[in-house]
Amino acid sequence: MSKGRFGRFGGQYISETLMNELYRLEREYEHYKNDPDFNRELNVLLNEYANRPSLLYYAGKMTEDLGGAKIYLKREDLNHTGAHKINNVLGQALLAKKMGKTRLIAETGAGQHGVATATAAAFFGMECEVFMGEHDTERQALNVYRMELLGAKVHPVKTGTRTLKDAVNEAMREWSCRVEDTHYVLGSVMGPHPFPTIVRDFQAVISKEAREQILEKEGKLPAAVVACVGGGSNAMGMFYNFIPDEGVRLIGCEAAGKGVDTPETAATIATGREGIFHGMKSYFCQDDQGQIAPVYSISAGLDYPGIGPEHAWLHDTKRAEYVPVTDDEAVEAFEYLARTEGIICAIESAHALAHVMKIAGDMDKNDSIIVCLSGRGDKDVAAIARYKGVDLHE
Amino acid sequence: MSKLTDCFKEHKCFIPFITAGDPDLDHTVEYVLAMAEAGADIIEIGIPFSDPTAEGPVIQEASLRALEAGFKMENLFDAVRRIREKTDIPLIFMTYINPVFHYGYDAFFQTCKELKVEGFISPDVPFEEKREVAEVARKYGVDVISLISPTSEDRIEQIARDAEGYIYVVSSMGVTGERSSFSSNLKETIETIRKYTDLPCAVGFGISTPQQAKDMSSISDGAIVGSAIVKIVARDGKNAAPALSAYVKEMKQAVLEA
Repeated sequence: MSKGRFGRFGGQYISETLMNELYRLEREYEHYKNDPDFNRELNVLLNEYANRPSLLYYAGKMTEDLGGAKIYLKREDLNHTGAHKINNVLGQALLAKKMGKTRLIAETGAGQHGVATATAAAFFGMECEVFMGEHDTERQALNVYRMELLGAKVHPVKTGTRTLKDAVNEAMREWSCRVEDTHYVLGSVMGPHPFPTIVRDFQAVISKEAREQILEKEGKLPAAVVACVGGGSNAMGMFYNFIPDEGVRLIGCEAAGKGVDTPETAATIATGREGIFHGMKSYFCQDDQGQIAPVYSISAGLDYPGIGPEHAWLHDTKRAEYVPVTDDEAVEAFEYLARTEGIICAIESAHALAHVMKIAGDMDKNDSIIVCLSGRGDKDVAAIARYKGVDLHE
Repeated sequence: MSKLTDCFKEHKCFIPFITAGDPDLDHTVEYVLAMAEAGADIIEIGIPFSDPTAEGPVIQEASLRALEAGFKMENLFDAVRRIREKTDIPLIFMTYINPVFHYGYDAFFQTCKELKVEGFISPDVPFEEKREVAEVARKYGVDVISLISPTSEDRIEQIARDAEGYIYVVSSMGVTGERSSFSSNLKETIETIRKYTDLPCAVGFGISTPQQAKDMSSISDGAIVGSAIVKIVARDGKNAAPALSAYVKEMKQAVLEA
C-alpha cells in the first residue's frame, strides 16, 4: 500500500506527470514543518495578518433558548478574508514561496478558498489563477469580484456540473501543464497525498486553540464538537486535537440538499460508496456504473461528491459520526443565529448549527458543545434572499 | 512474451484510441473494425468517465456524449464480443480507475480475459498504486500498461523494470489533445527507459499529423493517437468509418516509414 493512507483510504491516484511534484512537495513540507524559522514566520502571519487566535464565543442566548448544553462558537468567521480557509492558504503559500514558486493556482466552490488564495498571492507578490465552476461564479458573484480586486484571474469552469468538482478537475489539468513555477493550493483535506495531511496540519490550529480555550472557560472538555463537511477541511481542523479525547463526540454535518432520499444531495457518507477519484480512495457519490454523480446543495462550499480520506477513516472506525442536514434546516439555522446572537454566518457553517439545534436541548446543562463557525455569511445574503423568494434590488 | 509486446517484433506500431459509446456502441464496433482493417496494430478502447482529469476538451466531450447516450459497462462488453467475432487484433481498455474499482477488479479483468482484451491503461494509477490493480490483472493474463512522462526522471527505472506489454511514453506535459510541439527531453527519456527494459516504447499525447507520427516513431517503437481520432468521430458522427479508415492508413504508413 502506498503512502498517505488513513486505513485503506487516501493514496496517490494521480497522473504520472504530477508524481515527482508531489514527492517534492512532501519532502519540502516534511522539512519546513519542523523548521523553527518557518513556523515563526507562519505564526506571525496567522496572528498579525489573519487575526488568530480566533475567539471561542459563548452563545448564551442560543444556549438559553435551546435549554441544554452550553454552546460555544469557534469564530473562524472573524479571520481575515472571513473563513477558516486562510489558515491553510497562508501555510501553503509560505511553503510555495520557500519552494521557489512564483504562481499559485486553486479551485474554489463558494469562493472563500479562492479569495484566501488570491489574498495570499497578493501578500506574497505571486501570480494567482482560480478555477471556479461557472454555476458557482453566478451564485457567489461577490467573491468573484473580490478575487479580481486582489489581482487574481478567475476562470469560470464550464464542464460537467459547473461546480466544485469540475473546478478541481480543471485545476488538476492546469497543474499537470505547468508544475515548474506553480503550486496548486488545494483547499480541502482531499486529493492525493500529501495534501490531506498538509491541509489538516494547517487547519489543526482550530482545535489546538479551541481545546485550550474550552479548558480555560469550562475546566473540562466539551461533550461534542460539531462542524460542517464538504471535502472536510474545517471539520478536520476542528476534530484533530480532540481525536485522542475519547469522551468527546466528533460530529460532521454533510449537506443533504433537498434530502438524502432525493438525487439532489451532496451527503457523501449517507449516500456514497467507496471509490477512487481526485487522487484519493474515499467515499464518493456515484451511480451504478461508477460515474461520479452530480450533487446538489444550497451551499456551494459543500457541493462536492466526495469527502477527505481521513474523514472516511474516522467514519469507518466510528471515531466520528456524520449526519445529513438539508437546505431547509441550514437556512433556518442561518436565520436563527442572526436573530438570536446577531451573527450572520456562512450557509456552510449553518449546516453544523442546524444539527446543534437538534441535539443541544437533550444534552446535560453542565456539558458543552463547540461548533465551528467556519465562515461569515455576507457572501450568502443574496442567495438566501433568492431562496426565500425575496427580490433584492441593487 | 505478451501478445502486446509481440506486436512490435516485426515493425513499429500505430495505436489508435477511440472513446467507446460515442456516438453509440454499434458505431464503436464498426469503427474498431474499420481501424483494424485499415492497419491499426493495437486499438485502445476508452471507457468513458464523468470526470476525465487527464483529458483535453476533445476526449472530455466525447466521454460526456457517450455517458449521455446511456453508456453501460455490460453493453460495452457485448460490443467487444461482437468485435471479437470478426477480428483478433490486440485490444486495450483505457479508463479512469473508479468505474473499474466499482465494477470490481476481479470481475473486470476476468471479463477482459474472456474478451481477449490484452491490456489495461489507467491515467490515475501511477507506479505507487499499480499493485492493487496489477495483481488481479496478472491473474487473468492482462498487461497493465505503465505511463512514463517528461517529469518522471528518477522514477523511470522502477516504472520500467516493473512494466509489462509496452510502455506508454507521454510526449509532453499537460492533458491529451493535439499540439504542435513535444517535450524536448523525449529522446533522452526513451534512451533512459531502454537502459532498464527491452519492452517497446510507444509515444502518445498530442500526435495528430503523419509527420508527427513519423517523427515520434523514429525515436520510439510507435505512435498512439487519441484526440485526432475522436475528433473525426465528433465531426462525422455515425458516418465516420471512411474518414477513420483513410486516416489510419495514412498514419500507419507514416509510422512504417520511420
